[in-house]
Amino acid sequence: MTVLAPAPHRKRRTAPRARWAAGRVLIYAALAFWAFVCLFPIYWTVTTSFKSAVDVTQGHLIPWVDFQPDWKGFRSLGLSPDTILQTSTARAEFTSRFTNSVLASVGASLLALVLGSLAAYGLSRFRYKFAWMRNDDILFFFMSQLILPPVVLALPFLVLYKALALLDTTFGLILLYTLTVLPIVIWIMRDQFNSIPIELDEAAFVDGLSVWGAFLRIILPLAVPGMAAAFILSLVLCWNEYFFAALLTSTDAKTLPVMVASQTGSQGINWWSMAALSTAAIAPLVLVGIFLERYIVSGLTTGAGK
Amino acid sequence: MQDSSPVAAGRQDNVASKRTTPTHRTFGRGFLILASLVLVAVLLAQILHATGTIDTGFADWRPVLYAYLFWSIALGVEQVMVRGQRGLRALFLLPAVLFTLAVVIFPTLFGFYIASLDWNLSSLEGPHFNGLNNLIALFQDDYYWNALGNMVFYTVSVLGEYVIAFGLALLLNAEIRGRKFFRVVFLLPMMLSPVAVSWMIGKSLLEYRFGPVATLARDLGWDNPAFFAHPWIARFSIDAMDAWVWIPFVMIILLAGLQAMPKEVLEAAKVDGANGWQSFRHVTFPIMLPVSITVLIIRIIFKLKLADIVINVTAGGPGGATDTVSSFIYRVYRDRSNVGYGTGLAIFYLLLIVVFLMVLLRLSSRWAQKVA
Repeated sequence: MTVLAPAPHRKRRTAPRARWAAGRVLIYAALAFWAFVCLFPIYWTVTTSFKSAVDVTQGHLIPWVDFQPDWKGFRSLGLSPDTILQTSTARAEFTSRFTNSVLASVGASLLALVLGSLAAYGLSRFRYKFAWMRNDDILFFFMSQLILPPVVLALPFLVLYKALALLDTTFGLILLYTLTVLPIVIWIMRDQFNSIPIELDEAAFVDGLSVWGAFLRIILPLAVPGMAAAFILSLVLCWNEYFFAALLTSTDAKTLPVMVASQTGSQGINWWSMAALSTAAIAPLVLVGIFLERYIVSGLTTGAGK
Repeated sequence: MQDSSPVAAGRQDNVASKRTTPTHRTFGRGFLILASLVLVAVLLAQILHATGTIDTGFADWRPVLYAYLFWSIALGVEQVMVRGQRGLRALFLLPAVLFTLAVVIFPTLFGFYIASLDWNLSSLEGPHFNGLNNLIALFQDDYYWNALGNMVFYTVSVLGEYVIAFGLALLLNAEIRGRKFFRVVFLLPMMLSPVAVSWMIGKSLLEYRFGPVATLARDLGWDNPAFFAHPWIARFSIDAMDAWVWIPFVMIILLAGLQAMPKEVLEAAKVDGANGWQSFRHVTFPIMLPVSITVLIIRIIFKLKLADIVINVTAGGPGGATDTVSSFIYRVYRDRSNVGYGTGLAIFYLLLIVVFLMVLLRLSSRWAQKVA
């Protein structure tokens, strides 16, 4: 990136003032450009849900200037102010998919957080030996689950879930999603626990706490930043998961991405209702990103420090 | 099961191990044996029921799941009862290990079995053993090798994502105003579902007739801005969308690494008269190398799973140019219902990935030692 060469580490005394100013301009230009790249698709989707056909085909971009916004897209979902009180089959379907997504992603993230935090604490504090496996091997065993492509597990799970009567259930999805995010949780949480001094555990033992007492009452409260980061990251991955949901759910447990995908597949779908659906599907995590961003960064900081 | 000795509290061990009495130990062992018997009995009954040997049985296999759960609890109780303090430590690791064994190891082994079957859901015959025929068919399947070739392109493109993400991380780490705002904005694409992105970018922004990007491209003099018609352009478009979603992840981890970097080192480089590029090349980059390797490997692992965007935007087209292995196998499942062959392809892919990542890990650790 050529933009970076005149970065602020440059000595100001030797560099002429003009060059420094040019560097600042370049930095802000790059920042503004990338902010535009990140925001424009979101802006486009949100505004398109308020457009009529003419506005779409003529490429109108700015509301109230180019076009008159209208609740068109959300009306087709039954979510606009004038339809929100009436019964609507579209809204009923949307709410059911939305609830499924919330249950599956929150459930899986919580389960992964519990299992992963326990395992990560154990791996960071004690030495285990299981057959030939030491701590590092056990950690590698957990991390190696990350490389399993979903296609490998999809079919065995289809057959197994049919036998276990877990096909098309949210609980089945929770188990599967927990598995896919568990390695990441263990990775983040182990670094988090490693960054907490072991002297704190020793002090707790001296005070008469057991291992579990020390973990639950002293160490866990200190690990909250890492837990928040791990939880949010899991939430993002589970909420957006498509592959397993598409293969393993059909009517009851369908999640939002599957619903969005099934709508894009049908040709000639109205742009505004598609845009409204996408907006509604991404809105929860966009809000999470805006309000909880600092937890992600601070939690991962301890992780990347290693 | 595990033999754990404490890192810190060695003195505690002797005191604690006294607490396990013979009664406790007998009770713990007895409970585990009982639970094992229940598990085996339920499993056996269900197998006999499924094969039709006995009539009584459960409607589905779910009781086996409950029996496994019961057995896991019994194992935990046994650990505490028999081994006292060490058992309590083993309890931290046990849930995750038992969970992973149940949901990964068993299905993967089962996958190997399915891969050896000739099993088409749409044909009337049930599954029957096929030996290595799926493997032989795989070597003659041009579409599969084409998808593997595309994966090489997608994997190499991770380097491009890394360069952009590193640049963005450096920008965010510089002395700028509104850092919080830019950090939030740069992170947002990561939060979006790839399926929604498929529509938002692939099917509307890049849409041939009305998409703003297509309009812009026309204004810039590209007469025929079809982003998914020509093989290479389509491949780049798909990859750009995936990169758009994932660059924030790489960026955040690199940014975290930059923030953890000791400030004195850069100060020292400055005092020595290094310019911006020199201090990046000789100070920042080498210090960031371990973080970089970690994040690159994680990103490659996720890239190798790429499927949703391809399935939803191009379905592999044009002519398989954008196909990933996952999206190809998805179509083998969905459209051809050829589950035995599909799983065979998946298992072969898994083996390739494992070998590739092993080599990559070995090479990267060697390279990191040489540079550092």
